[in-house]
Amino acid sequence: MTFEGWLLIAAFVGILLALTKPIGLWLFALYEGRRTVLHPVIGPVERGFYRLAGINAEEDQSWRRYAVHMLIFNAALALLTYVLLRAQAVLPLNPQALAALPEHLSFNTAVAFVTNTNWQSYAGESTMSNLSQMLALTIHNFLSAATGIALAFALFRGFSRRSATGIGNFWADVTRITLYLLLPLSIVYALFLIASGVPQTLAGSVDVNTLEGVRQTLALGPVASQEAIKMLGTNGGGFFNVNSAHPFENPTGLTDFVQMLSIFAIGMGLTYTFGKAVNNTRQGWAILAAMMILFLAGTTIAYWQEAVGNPILHNLGVAGGNMEGKEVRFGIAASALFSVVTTAASCGAVNAMHDSFTALGGMIPLFNMQLGEVVVGGVGAGIYGFLLFAILAVFVAGLMVGRTPEYVGKKIESREVKLAVLAIAVLPLVILGFTALASVLPAGLAGPLNKGPHGFSEILYAFTSAVANNGSAFAGLTASTPFYDGLLGVAMWIGRFFIIIPMLAIAGSLAAKKYTPETAGSFPTTGLLWTGLLVGIVLIVGGLTFLPGLALGPIADHLAMIRGQLF
Amino acid sequence: MNNDILSSLRPALVMTLLFALLLGIGYPLAMTGIAQVLFPSQANGSLVTSGGRVVGSSVVGQAFTSERYFQTRPSAAGKGYDGMASSGSNLGPTSKVLADRVKAQVSAMQSAEPGKAIPADLVTTSASGLDPDITPQAAFYQIDRVARVRGVDAEALRRVVAASIEQPLLGFIGEPHVNVFELNRRLDGLGAKPAR
Repeated sequence: MTFEGWLLIAAFVGILLALTKPIGLWLFALYEGRRTVLHPVIGPVERGFYRLAGINAEEDQSWRRYAVHMLIFNAALALLTYVLLRAQAVLPLNPQALAALPEHLSFNTAVAFVTNTNWQSYAGESTMSNLSQMLALTIHNFLSAATGIALAFALFRGFSRRSATGIGNFWADVTRITLYLLLPLSIVYALFLIASGVPQTLAGSVDVNTLEGVRQTLALGPVASQEAIKMLGTNGGGFFNVNSAHPFENPTGLTDFVQMLSIFAIGMGLTYTFGKAVNNTRQGWAILAAMMILFLAGTTIAYWQEAVGNPILHNLGVAGGNMEGKEVRFGIAASALFSVVTTAASCGAVNAMHDSFTALGGMIPLFNMQLGEVVVGGVGAGIYGFLLFAILAVFVAGLMVGRTPEYVGKKIESREVKLAVLAIAVLPLVILGFTALASVLPAGLAGPLNKGPHGFSEILYAFTSAVANNGSAFAGLTASTPFYDGLLGVAMWIGRFFIIIPMLAIAGSLAAKKYTPETAGSFPTTGLLWTGLLVGIVLIVGGLTFLPGLALGPIADHLAMIRGQLF
Repeated sequence: MNNDILSSLRPALVMTLLFALLLGIGYPLAMTGIAQVLFPSQANGSLVTSGGRVVGSSVVGQAFTSERYFQTRPSAAGKGYDGMASSGSNLGPTSKVLADRVKAQVSAMQSAEPGKAIPADLVTTSASGLDPDITPQAAFYQIDRVARVRGVDAEALRRVVAASIEQPLLGFIGEPHVNVFELNRRLDGLGAKPAR
């Protein structure tokens, strides 16, 4: 570990903390439907959309209607992508004359992008035409992110409204978030990326005669426009196979730093928005503090392990940190930090190959996802996931002091706790269930590249990434088979919507409740004690279930590594 | 519930269409237009031409295996530095394949130049398989060989390498690195005859 490495981490956290309030305030304006400085330009577009689609943006929707409209919209988007990928061969903007995708891959990819997972069973440069990248994939980077933030807004309204029947309007939320936040930011961001060396062209590839006289063909395309929203929307689906490790996606140390910042920026801003929504910004900061504790703990372990390196290679005469699967321009610190950021949030972009991390260095990204990606988390999904844990935490605190739990002015009763547990239980149930299945079936065992415990880690990582809607991989696993495409597709769908529905039910149930003012007997949900309780609940309820799985994978791998045992 | 579904159909279909046009066609095409006007070089891959031929990209790495050049890192992209098949090795820390590969390369390097400490990046594959860079240590490691094969002064070469090191922004954003393509272009410009 180096001084410069820690400086990078400190600067990363410092800049984001400074951005949290301004971004949170911008989001709050969208949450409230207030006028912004962009309204004179974008307002007519927004109203035009509503008019053409027959939407009354003022209609206050019940949680059921909000959920149904969200689901039907997402189903329509998934169908569009499926059709576009199946028809790729006959559609324009296909300079490399790529074939249509098979059914299982089209299904898997459509689900992956709609659910904000962006799991990629394919290599972008040799599978996707420019039209597919733009029209079939990029639109989800915007809309799955906007959907996530809209759902968070719905839950915030549940907490802030009193005796209300509605939780907002899905269409107004999604449209405003897309037009006033994601699109303008992406335009500026894409320009920065292009200026830094990220291609933006409709050409498919270019031929190069290298200095050694060999022909090299370089894949090109409209990379920057997709890259910008891929990071901002915590999507993570790369234009190229190796994602943000590719020099065309992430050419410099600065683009890398900005990419990491942009993964967390909106998610952290939303904690402030929550505080504003419930009229007490300290509530938001308390949540962010718990997130930062978990984040810094993970970063420290991952950076430490990668900097120590692999003793097996040390014995062969290669000193220093683990550089297998890492790019020189990023080095150890920025690769370890990126891996923690991308899995703490539900981004899934990578600038290094997690599969080649040291055993414990690679366990941190895995564990981050298993916690439910609530450490900042995906845009929207992170904060609503964390609030589910907050509901459990006040419930546990309520049991200890023997009072009905309250949180930000709402009584938390049996219905909310049951729904929260239902949502939280999805993760271990599906991850462990599907991993067990793949670990015994021949079609599943055909997947891993690595042998021994690391091969099991590859399977566990894949299902964890799918259910948690992350999308990063221990990429040695061959996943473009009907078995994995199908099972992972189902896992992603469950991991997204089986958490969203109970969450929206909680929003509806809370919105209907009266305001319960804080009394001397209320458990305080700001301050150190609360933050500590949150960290504990996330680790115990979210993490402990996975310990046996981790023991079979990364921990066994680590013990083998320090003994020098090879597989 | 039925009422909820029916009321969602028109907005869902129309909004899918409108957003697809705006975000899937309008936005990327507009960005492409702007990029081609404002940053034509970067937008087309930062290509470098020499004698009317495209010889490489200053952003993406190309393979250098000849002893006359500073060599790039091992690559898992296709057969090495395949610009259409970016990939890491994805070999885990306890992989025998990885250990055998590193062992073979280390012993080849040690028998060619005994006693020199081996820079880690020269015996490990990058994440992309297209890494354009090596560490300054890896560049310095190769000076003796390149000087010998080319018949140029090692001290002069050392100065060229030192001048080619790109430092991190503000000292901590990124890592010190040497772009191998740029370094080798300078090498060919030193006066010694190029490889072909």
